[in-house]
Amino acid sequence: MASDFTLNVNGKQHRVNADPDMPLLYALRNDIGLNNPKFGCGLAQCGACTVHIDGQPVRSCVTPVSDAANRKIVTLAGLGTPEKPHPLQTAYIEEQVPQCGYCINGWIMTAAALLAENKKPTEAEIKQALDGLKCRCGTHVSILKAVKRAAMMG
Amino acid sequence: MTKMDKPSAFSRRALLKGAVVVSVGAPLALDTLLSMNAAQAQGSKPPLMPDQLSSYIAINADGTVSAFFGKMDMGHGLFVAIGQMVAEELDVPFKAVTVFMGDTATSVNQGGASGSTGIQLGGRQMRMAAAEARRVLVEMAAEKLNTPADQLIVVNGVVSAAFNRDKKTSYAELIGGRYFNVQLDWNKQWGNPLYAPGKAQPKPHTAHKIVGKPIKREDVAPKVFCQEDYCTDIKVPGMVHGRVIRPAVAGAVPVKVDEGSIKDIPGVKVVWEKDFLGLVAEHEWNAVKAAEKLKVEWSNAAPAFPETGGIYDHIRKAPVRKRSEEGKPAGNVDDAFRSAARIVEAEYEWPFQSHASMGPACALVEIKDGQATCWTGSQKSHFVRDGVAVMLGLPPDKVRAIWVPGPGAYGRNDAGDAAMDAAVLAKATGRPVRLQYMRDQGTGWDPKGPASIHRARAAIDAAGNVIGYDFLSKGFSRIDVLMNESKAADTLAGHLLGAKLTVNDGFGVPAEVYEFANKRVAWETIAPLLERASPLRSAHLRDPVGPQIHFASESFMDEVAHAVGADPVEFRLKHLKAPRDIAVIKAAAERAGWQTRTSPRRDQTGSKVSGRGIAYSQRNGTVCAVVAEVDIDRSTGKIWARKFTVAHDCGQIINPDGLAKCIEGNIVQGTSRTLWEETTFDKQAVTSVDWITYPILDISETPETIDCVLINRPEAAPTGAGEPSIRPVAAAIANAIFDATGVRIRRVPFSPDRVKQALS
Repeated sequence: MASDFTLNVNGKQHRVNADPDMPLLYALRNDIGLNNPKFGCGLAQCGACTVHIDGQPVRSCVTPVSDAANRKIVTLAGLGTPEKPHPLQTAYIEEQVPQCGYCINGWIMTAAALLAENKKPTEAEIKQALDGLKCRCGTHVSILKAVKRAAMMG
Repeated sequence: MTKMDKPSAFSRRALLKGAVVVSVGAPLALDTLLSMNAAQAQGSKPPLMPDQLSSYIAINADGTVSAFFGKMDMGHGLFVAIGQMVAEELDVPFKAVTVFMGDTATSVNQGGASGSTGIQLGGRQMRMAAAEARRVLVEMAAEKLNTPADQLIVVNGVVSAAFNRDKKTSYAELIGGRYFNVQLDWNKQWGNPLYAPGKAQPKPHTAHKIVGKPIKREDVAPKVFCQEDYCTDIKVPGMVHGRVIRPAVAGAVPVKVDEGSIKDIPGVKVVWEKDFLGLVAEHEWNAVKAAEKLKVEWSNAAPAFPETGGIYDHIRKAPVRKRSEEGKPAGNVDDAFRSAARIVEAEYEWPFQSHASMGPACALVEIKDGQATCWTGSQKSHFVRDGVAVMLGLPPDKVRAIWVPGPGAYGRNDAGDAAMDAAVLAKATGRPVRLQYMRDQGTGWDPKGPASIHRARAAIDAAGNVIGYDFLSKGFSRIDVLMNESKAADTLAGHLLGAKLTVNDGFGVPAEVYEFANKRVAWETIAPLLERASPLRSAHLRDPVGPQIHFASESFMDEVAHAVGADPVEFRLKHLKAPRDIAVIKAAAERAGWQTRTSPRRDQTGSKVSGRGIAYSQRNGTVCAVVAEVDIDRSTGKIWARKFTVAHDCGQIINPDGLAKCIEGNIVQGTSRTLWEETTFDKQAVTSVDWITYPILDISETPETIDCVLINRPEAAPTGAGEPSIRPVAAAIANAIFDATGVRIRRVPFSPDRVKQALS
């Protein structure tokens, strides 16, 4: 049965009427109109839909909208802007990371959560934090360079 | 504005009417080509045909340049290279050029992204068109300035007299905002072979100032700041969300659909037409739920497949449908084998593989006023236009296909099928339909790279010389469905709606020039396991059949080198005479610090060992050699392809940074396909349907280093880079594993279980 939920996304409140079990991803993309989290698998296996909820990276494709209500949701669009970019966004541009780019929400949002907790991660810690995320174009080498570059900037 | 502005910013109405038309000399000027609404009444544009200069190049009122490109970028920054080539020939700043890609309303069919021909063929045409535009502009300036054309120079779009720089005009003044009306010498070909030069010759490479420079992509910032739409993000008013329903048993078709089973889900409409079954809903989540819950009774379909492990026996035993010997046969191979002192032979196996694009494909189709528009991530939007026209029963000129970046594309993936399925749903419901597949449909039902076996034999004389070479591939055709979606028979929707199927046979042979006195390379194809709507139908997957053929042929070169006691680099060089082939092998070996010795190493003990391997191949004019340095844990079977050294010669390099990134993607994807990827199936269905069942390379397995030696040959025409360097990867890794362990692995993927078993 559809209910009303309040979603706090990138600092703005949104009222969404939805099935409580509906994944947050559909609310973000269709009800709120934020296209940046992508549908990659719907199974929490790839990361393309990653957002932060209360600072933690979560896969919005399997997070019920009811679980996200009244919590602080940040998407890639809320992480930084061209005027005030997050270091990872700057590093992604500097390193020219993406090819198709459909995976970037997963890598940047997961790495951003890592860097928030661990400002100078080792390569092993970076790989561990990013383990399981997918990139089909094979930009992994550049992704690692960008995360290391962002850590240097931060 | 980015370099890659999408023409969807244009007024659709204006474009469909072909409205903006002002020929050279007409008095009215446009602000820019982007303000097409205002321009609608101002004359007539030459037809959007390959023989018109205006189909490729336009000078805007402000002097900026629009380049209309009938191919598109699949993530390698192709539009940057095209912008560089166009700016170079026109003598305008790079930043003055905007490349519009893959909109059928603004570009002619140059073949889409196809066969690594973006620069090789697409760029060649754009370069010729830009050179012709410059020639025409200089002639116009000559008349205006009353100065002979050969006494004019062009700097940043300003034409001036060489000896009196104050005597000048500009491209903007000469033609800004109006269209060229200049005929080109079109070869009457469409797609990749399209070529339409003008009278101008392009600049000599010695004059290049922009071509060859490492210019960055400007589409990265919009991507990381979420300012750019993917095809999954396009929405139009009145749009509904579509999903298709595929059977659990391949070949089964719906015989009974119980719409009552989804009556509690609001706003759903089921579309069941012949064997096609799908639905639309107002809200996407309702479409997803309804597609899951809809109760369908399927026909009893006979099990069509052997199980995964039985596929190679099936290929061995299956009747040959077509055989082809390609290349120049040399000598008498059979005689050579009869006289051989010994024969080395081996057989290699490569599985079906999936595109497994990052997201399942998506398309949006809107039908309105007897015309249709399709937003698609397919890398061949002009062919999508033709296919949608067939599905809708419209003439192609009533359909516009707009390419918008999709969730990855590496050939004929699921994007073409999504566009056709969306067209069927839009036609049936009368609503604009956005269709995105679910993950299992993307990985399970996309067209696959074909499974194959490869038999190689070498005849060796008493002195250890190779006197005969015989290489045969046998496998499923690489084109069960053709390389684009322009015909119903090549799409799932067409199969389900009863299109008459066609038989298409194609494979390939090793692309190398080893000079063995007696040499034969051939292929044989077999019939598909299931003819209609098969999840194992084969089609082009990045470097179609290249990885499998060269896994076999270049692994075998090492096996022969081993048999005759030669170093693998030395052995290759001994049998090559082509200078560019020799150069890449030497360059890769030298950069990698290759020590001349035979394989395997004999100096390692313990469970962790490492090795090095080389492989090389050509691809349509490009030559590439790869040295892989690999670590193996014998106790787990786990392989880490730690370092790659790649020497790459694709003629003239347009943008070295773009090229290096392109190679990086090839190497990593090639490593993934070698170590992990295999489409699995049981007798009834494909069982690799997500990232657990179809694993790809993980970040923890990323190579530490990909070191590229980019050999620039500015005097040579540029050739492709999108695929050549994925070709030798599997063999380079296999050869490194042999070097480390003395064990030859002849079946891909080299998953830990398989490696461990091979090593035990």
